[in-house]
Amino acid sequence: MAGGNGTDTQRAVEQFLYRQSEILDGRRWDDWLMLFTEDGKYWMPAHEEQETGEGLPNIFYEDNYLMDMRIRRIEHPYAHSQKPKNQMSHVVSNVIIEEEDDNSVIARSKFVVVEYRNDDQRYFAGKYCHHLIKADDGFRIKLQRVDIVNAEGPFEYVLQFWL
Amino acid sequence: MPYDQNLSMDQLVQSDRVHKACYADDDIFEQELENIFYKSWIYMGHESQVPNPGDYWTTWIGKQRMILSRGDDGQVHVLYNRCPHRGALLCNAQHGNAGKAFRCPYHAWQFHMDGSVRQIPMKQGYDGTADVLQDAEFAMKKAERYDTYRGFVFASLSEDGPDLLTWLGQGAKAAFDDICNRSPEGEVEVVPNCFRIIQKSNWKIFLENQLDALHPSITHHSTGDAAAEMQKVYKERTGEDAPMGYQMLADFTLPFEKWDSISTYGYEYGHTVLGGYMGLRPRDPVTLDHEAGLAEAYGAERMEEILSTNVHHVLVYPCLSVQPPLQQLRAVRPLAADKTMTEIWHFRLKGAPEGIYERSLAYYYHVNSPSTMVNADDLQNFYSCHEGLRQAGGGDWVSFHRNAGQDITEGGVTTSVTGMSEQPMRNMFAAWKKYMSGGN
Ligand code: FES
Ligand SMILES: [Fe+2]
Repeated sequence: MAGGNGTDTQRAVEQFLYRQSEILDGRRWDDWLMLFTEDGKYWMPAHEEQETGEGLPNIFYEDNYLMDMRIRRIEHPYAHSQKPKNQMSHVVSNVIIEEEDDNSVIARSKFVVVEYRNDDQRYFAGKYCHHLIKADDGFRIKLQRVDIVNAEGPFEYVLQFWL
Repeated sequence: MPYDQNLSMDQLVQSDRVHKACYADDDIFEQELENIFYKSWIYMGHESQVPNPGDYWTTWIGKQRMILSRGDDGQVHVLYNRCPHRGALLCNAQHGNAGKAFRCPYHAWQFHMDGSVRQIPMKQGYDGTADVLQDAEFAMKKAERYDTYRGFVFASLSEDGPDLLTWLGQGAKAAFDDICNRSPEGEVEVVPNCFRIIQKSNWKIFLENQLDALHPSITHHSTGDAAAEMQKVYKERTGEDAPMGYQMLADFTLPFEKWDSISTYGYEYGHTVLGGYMGLRPRDPVTLDHEAGLAEAYGAERMEEILSTNVHHVLVYPCLSVQPPLQQLRAVRPLAADKTMTEIWHFRLKGAPEGIYERSLAYYYHVNSPSTMVNADDLQNFYSCHEGLRQAGGGDWVSFHRNAGQDITEGGVTTSVTGMSEQPMRNMFAAWKKYMSGGN
């Protein structure tokens, strides 16, 4: 599903985003790490005006190593906040291709997530901005920016992994 | 919760155990607000949150909404967030700049940053009724008392009681001295905004956990292991040591002997200190640069004195947990018996190398952000403790027997025989009992 032009790119990016949310909902961690380039980052700023994650407080700002550590914690037999595990369901929509060149695509989209854990249901919503690199077998994420609407609000419990 | 109402204070709080009602009962929670939170000094924020005239930040004392403001004259004030006209909140946002005045969104009464009336529209309507411009009843009410120590602002809703410095005493003052002294300019600056996390548990469960050296190796086992594994992976792949954040997390699985060697100190009014265990003085260029800056500012001997102070948590009872060498703090806002909000702030040491800030930022991210891999497990414990305690059956007591009867008190300071002693909890409850019986 290499990125092409116009509607091809639109469809390819949409498919990629749907697959990413499926991977996350399915807790398929190896596949998750494979989504990113070697230097890829997942970034959730602490507020919307933030222009960089470097040297500033963030909700998430993770490279491959930090994501790997998070996965190892979650899957550790003594990670008691994963008993019971949280279940998530993502819906991604409103996909807009912002920019495209031979090597990369920038795509904006919106998401809604429902999380179920400990008899409780929580909701998150916001927007994604994916900086994608074109690869032979599809895309890789160089940077995924995630702005949640309640970034500055009080958090009921924490986010154990990515939205 | 249903419990034997005939139990006296001495029966509820014993030297080595405490009745669960102290955590889970709604009436006792209301009494805590009256006797503790509305009597003692409560942390409002840091002066650098409101650097300019007109700046404000809202926060809480118990269930009371408060405003921290900066006046035209540069003075910092603490006000009740309530319009004297018909009671509306004057500040609805968490923070901002009010310009020349707080302007009530309902009928536009206006107030200066110190709460005094600035303007009341169409005031002829008050002719012959009340002196709305002069009478204190029509000004925003100031907190009964407020004061600052090294830039950290506290307020008390009680007209009497010890002054701030007396109340902080040597134990709690050390938190702010330690954090400020690490700056070559002797000052810190907040990095806004705070993270706010809701805990579904009683506020005391959080404070007790902050000084609980027995829990990290168990509660944070998964994160400690994951971090240690990643240190190896990182080294293998890059040939370099992993960033310091990994070590901060790997430290959680230190062996019990190490935790046992840490000191704890209990002071008057419930303030409590847990000694440090993290190696925050590596010989890397950032630390050396920091040391050079401090030596230049204060002399080598004083620099040594400042940097060899090693505390992990200073608990300013009942409202604050400070981690001076990591330049962060958590303010405790009890919202209900089973609901507590923490406001988590971190600071820049003025004049210190950027790398020192980055170290603090790494801890802030790993331990204190909403994506924390550390508090994820603490919060789960807090919830499950509270859930266990609020039940009518299954036993009545919370045990603080660990090394009970072995605490050593000298010159008003109580120390423990081991780091994993439950002495800090006993110390806090001694103060709790005093407050709840109308003392302190
Ligand atoms: S309630 Fe504030 S002006 Fe009327
Ligand atoms: Fe902990």
